[in-house]
Amino acid sequence: MSNMTMAKNRRQSPFIGLALAGGMLALTAAAFHALSTDPVVAADKSAPDYAARTMPYVYASPLETLFSRDGKKLFVLCTESNEVRVLDPATGKEFKRIAVGNVPRGITFSADGAKLLVTNSNDDTVSLIDPARLEVVGNWHVGYEPSGIVAEKTGKFVYVANRISNDVAVLDAKSGVLVKRLVAGRGASYLEPTPDGKLIYATHVYPNPSPYRTEPESEITVIDALNARVIERIPLRAIAGVFHIAFSPDGRIGAVAEYHPKNLVPLAHNEHGGTFVYTLTLFGADVGRQVEIPLDELERYSSQPFGVAITPDKSRLFVSCGGSEVVLAIDLHKLIAYIHAHPENFTEDLSASANYLIARIPVGHNPRGLTLSPDGKKLYTANRLDDTLSVIDTRTARVASTIKLDSPPAVSVLRKGEQTFYSARQSFQAQIGCANCHIDSTFDGLTWDLEPDGFGRDIVDNRMIEDLRDTEPYKWIGTNPNIPTECGPRTEKYFWRSENYDDLTLADLTIYIQSIPQRPHRWRLPGGELNAAQRRGYALFTRSVDKFGAPIPEYNRCIHCHSGPKGTNQKVFDVGTKRATDNTGNFDTPQLTNIALTAPYLHDGSAPTLEEIWTVYNPEDKHGRTNDLTKDELNDLIEYLRTR
Amino acid sequence: MKNRILAIIALALSAASLCTAQAPNMPRFHFKNFTTADGLPDNHVYAVLVDGNRIWAGTDNGLGLYENGKWRVYNTQDGLAHRAVLSLALDKRTGDLWAGTMGGLSRVSADRIDSFTQLNSGLSNNIVYGLSIYGDELWVATAAGGCKMNLDSGQWALYNERNTPMNEIWVYGVNATPTKVYYAVWGSGILEYDQKTQKWDKYDDPDGETEIVLFKDQGLIHEIVTSVSYVDGILWAATYFGDSRYDGRYWHNFLTKDSGLPSNFTNTLKGIDANHCWFGTDKGLAYYDGVNWAVYRPGLKDRKPEMYVRDASGVITNITVDSAPAHNYILGIDFQGDDIWVATAEGLSHGIRQP
Repeated sequence: MSNMTMAKNRRQSPFIGLALAGGMLALTAAAFHALSTDPVVAADKSAPDYAARTMPYVYASPLETLFSRDGKKLFVLCTESNEVRVLDPATGKEFKRIAVGNVPRGITFSADGAKLLVTNSNDDTVSLIDPARLEVVGNWHVGYEPSGIVAEKTGKFVYVANRISNDVAVLDAKSGVLVKRLVAGRGASYLEPTPDGKLIYATHVYPNPSPYRTEPESEITVIDALNARVIERIPLRAIAGVFHIAFSPDGRIGAVAEYHPKNLVPLAHNEHGGTFVYTLTLFGADVGRQVEIPLDELERYSSQPFGVAITPDKSRLFVSCGGSEVVLAIDLHKLIAYIHAHPENFTEDLSASANYLIARIPVGHNPRGLTLSPDGKKLYTANRLDDTLSVIDTRTARVASTIKLDSPPAVSVLRKGEQTFYSARQSFQAQIGCANCHIDSTFDGLTWDLEPDGFGRDIVDNRMIEDLRDTEPYKWIGTNPNIPTECGPRTEKYFWRSENYDDLTLADLTIYIQSIPQRPHRWRLPGGELNAAQRRGYALFTRSVDKFGAPIPEYNRCIHCHSGPKGTNQKVFDVGTKRATDNTGNFDTPQLTNIALTAPYLHDGSAPTLEEIWTVYNPEDKHGRTNDLTKDELNDLIEYLRTR
Repeated sequence: MKNRILAIIALALSAASLCTAQAPNMPRFHFKNFTTADGLPDNHVYAVLVDGNRIWAGTDNGLGLYENGKWRVYNTQDGLAHRAVLSLALDKRTGDLWAGTMGGLSRVSADRIDSFTQLNSGLSNNIVYGLSIYGDELWVATAAGGCKMNLDSGQWALYNERNTPMNEIWVYGVNATPTKVYYAVWGSGILEYDQKTQKWDKYDDPDGETEIVLFKDQGLIHEIVTSVSYVDGILWAATYFGDSRYDGRYWHNFLTKDSGLPSNFTNTLKGIDANHCWFGTDKGLAYYDGVNWAVYRPGLKDRKPEMYVRDASGVITNITVDSAPAHNYILGIDFQGDDIWVATAEGLSHGIRQP
C-alpha cells in the first residue's frame, strides 16, 4: 500500500480497533483498550512521546541499497515512504530524498551510469533518476508489478522482472519502450547479471505450476543479455520462494537464497525441524555441480533468507535472513571444500552448516537487501522494519555501526504488527513466521496439510490475505470467527508450537493483517471500467436465469455467495468439491480479491486455473450453474472474475 | 477421372523428354530424409519449422528438435499437451516455440513446456490445427473455431459462428500478418480479419459446388480450405479441390488440369511473395514461380526420385535427380535460406539447394 493510501485509510477509519471489536473477543481488556483508543501506535505506552505516535506514521522501510559509481553515495530504496534516500555511506548523513513511485522494489544503474533506474511495483513504472542532480527526470511504463531491474552492459536493453505477469520485460534502454516479454518463473522478482554481463539470472518468489500435491518446482531463468532470449532454465527441485542471487567477481560461484518447504507432509514437525529448510543453491565452476546447501543449524534456523553477497576475494558469503533477523556469515572456502568432500545430498542435514557457517550476526527487523562497499570491507544490510542499515565489517563478521534513517519517533501498532508478521521469533526454535507462507504479505502458491484437521486430512490451499477486513470467518471450513482466533491460539499451537502471543502482540498483528491492502488492479480499463468481455462476464455472474430460460435458484447464482464488495457472503457452502480426505464438504466462500493472482483454486488447491473450477470440478452444477455455458461464455465469466 | 489425369501426365512426360533443353531453370535440391532410424520421433510428420540452425518437427509421436546433428524428443512426460503435434509457430521475439497438438497447445521455452487446454485455459478446443504469431498475439485454428491469445495479458478471444461469418467451425489453418489475419475453414471458405478495423469478412466458393468448379477464377476455388498464406498483399489458399491466388481484386485458381499442380488435394502452401508459392499435396511437393511449375516427389508407382518442370505453355520436362522428399504426401513446408524442409507422411525431408 502506498503510504498516502495507507494514511488515507487510517484517517477514514481511524478506529480500526473498533471495527474489529466484534471479532476481538479473545483479546484481554487491556488489548481491547489499546485497539480502540490508539490504533496506530505501539502498545508500549511507556515512551514519553506517546501522543505524537498517534500520527499516521510513514516509515522509510529500506529494502535495497546501491552504491554510486564513485562509492561516495549510498542510494537507499525506501518502500513505504516511496523514496530513494541518498546517504553518505561513511557517516550515514542524508544528502537528499528523491520521491519515486508507489512501493519501489528494484534499483540499478543504466549501462552508462547516467541514470538510476527504480521500479515502482504498485505503479507499474520505472523512475529515471539523474544521479548527479539527484532528481527524477523521467518515467517509463513497464507493467505488471515490476520488481528487479538490470541494465544490459552494452546499453541495448533494460530488463525488468514483473512479479504478477511472471515474466521479464525487455525494454529498449534508450526509450524504455517494451520490446518483448520473456517467460520466467511465477512471481518473477529478482535479477542479477553475471560479472561479465553476458547473462542475466532471474528468480521468482512463487513456485511454478506442478501436478497436485507434488514437490514444488522453481527455476533460475538464464537470459542471454545481448540477444534477450532465455537460454536455460536451471531447475530448483522442491523449492518455493527464490530470492536474490550473487556471483563471485570471477563468476565461478553463484549462490541463490531460497525456501525449501515441506508442504507435502503434515505440518506437525516444527519441533523436528521439519516445516521449512532454508537453503542456498550454489553453482558454477568452483562448485562443480548444482548443490543445495542448508543454512540451518540444530536449534538455530535461518528463516526467510533473502539477500546474498560474496566478498571480492571469495572468502566470505553473506545471507540476510528476514525472519531470523540475522545476517549469516559463511566461510566460502570451507563451504566449497565441504561440497567437494560430500558428493551426497546433504540439504536436510542440520549438522552440515556447522562446517561452513561462521557467524550469525544480529541485525534489525526484517533484514533484506545486502550491498558490499566497493572495497568489499563493509556490508550494508537494509533492515526494512526498523528503518536502519547495519554496517557489517566483513572481516570480523560483526556489526561495525548502524545507520538510523530519519524515521517517525515511535513504532506504531501497524509497524509492530508487521514486525511480528515477518519475524520467526514466535515459533519453536524461531523456525517460521507468518511471512514464510505469506511471502511479502501475499501467499505462497502451495497447498498444506495442517495438523489440526488430522494428518492427511483437509489439505488446504493457502489463501491471499489482501484486504481481509469483513471477510470473516477464516479457515477454509469457516470455523475461525475472526483474525485473533485465526492467528492466535490456532497458529500458536499448531504452527508455531510455542507459547501464546501476549495479547498486545496479537492485537498489533491483527491490525497489521487487517491493514494489508488490495494490490492495484491490472485487468480493468483505466477508470475501472469493464471491457466488452468483462461486461458479458458480469452479466453471467449476476444472472438469475440460465440459457434455457430456467430460473437459477438463488443459492446457485454466482452473485449469491460471492456477493458484496469483497465477493463473499461470509457463509459456508457445499459446492460439490469434497474429497475423500476432507472431513466436510462445507467450505467458506472465499473472497474474490485479486482472484486472478492466487492460483491454485478451491479449498484444497486442486484446480490449477480458474477455468478448471468449472470445466473439471463442477460436474453437477453445484458450484454455480455453469454447465449451460459455451466455452466463450465461460471465458467471459473468467475475464470478469479477473477484475475483482 | 484419376486414370485420365495420369494418362495425360504420362503423355506430357513423354513429350517432355523431347525438349529437355528448353526447361525453365527451377530450383533443384538434394533431399536428405530423416526417419525414426535417425532419431526422428515418428515418421508421420505433420509440421516442420525452421529456427535458424534448429529444426522443429511436429510428429505423430512427439515433438522433435534437430540441432547439431542430433534429434531431441519432447513428449507428454515432458509436459507436451499431446503426443500428436499438428502445428508449429515460432515467437521470433522470444524464441519460444508454440506447438498445436491433438490435446491442446504447448509452449516450449528454453526446455520448459507449459500447456494450455480447453479445460485449463481459454483455448477453444484441444485439436489445434494451425498457429500463427504476429506481435504479441498468438492466433489459433482449432476444431471448434479460431481463437487468439494475448501473449502479454494471457487473455483469450474466441471466434466462431456466434461472432464471425463462419458457417462451420472446423478451422484448419491461420496466417496472421500486420494488416490481415486469415483463417482457412474446412467447409466455410476463408475468413478475413482486418487488424485495423477489427472487422471480419469472408470468401466463399461462388458456385457453391462441392465437387466441381463452375466459375473458375471468379472466386475461391472451393469451400474446404486447408491452408492460407498472405504475403505482399496476395492471398494464397489451398483446398482439397485446387488452390487459389487472390490479389484483392482478382482470383486465379489452380487445378491439375490447367497448371503444374500435381494434385488438387492440397494440404498446405506457403507463399514466398506475390508470384512464388510452394504447395504440399497428396502427390508431391510443387513450386510455382508465377509462370512455371516444378514438382518433387518419389514416383507414385515406383517411388524413384522424380522432378519435373511444367512451363507456361504446358510442356513438361523431366529432370534427372538423385533424391526426392521422403513421401509424396506433403503436410508441412518451411525454409532455411535456400534450403527447404518438408514434413511428409513417411519422414522429414531436408531439401539442400543445388547450384
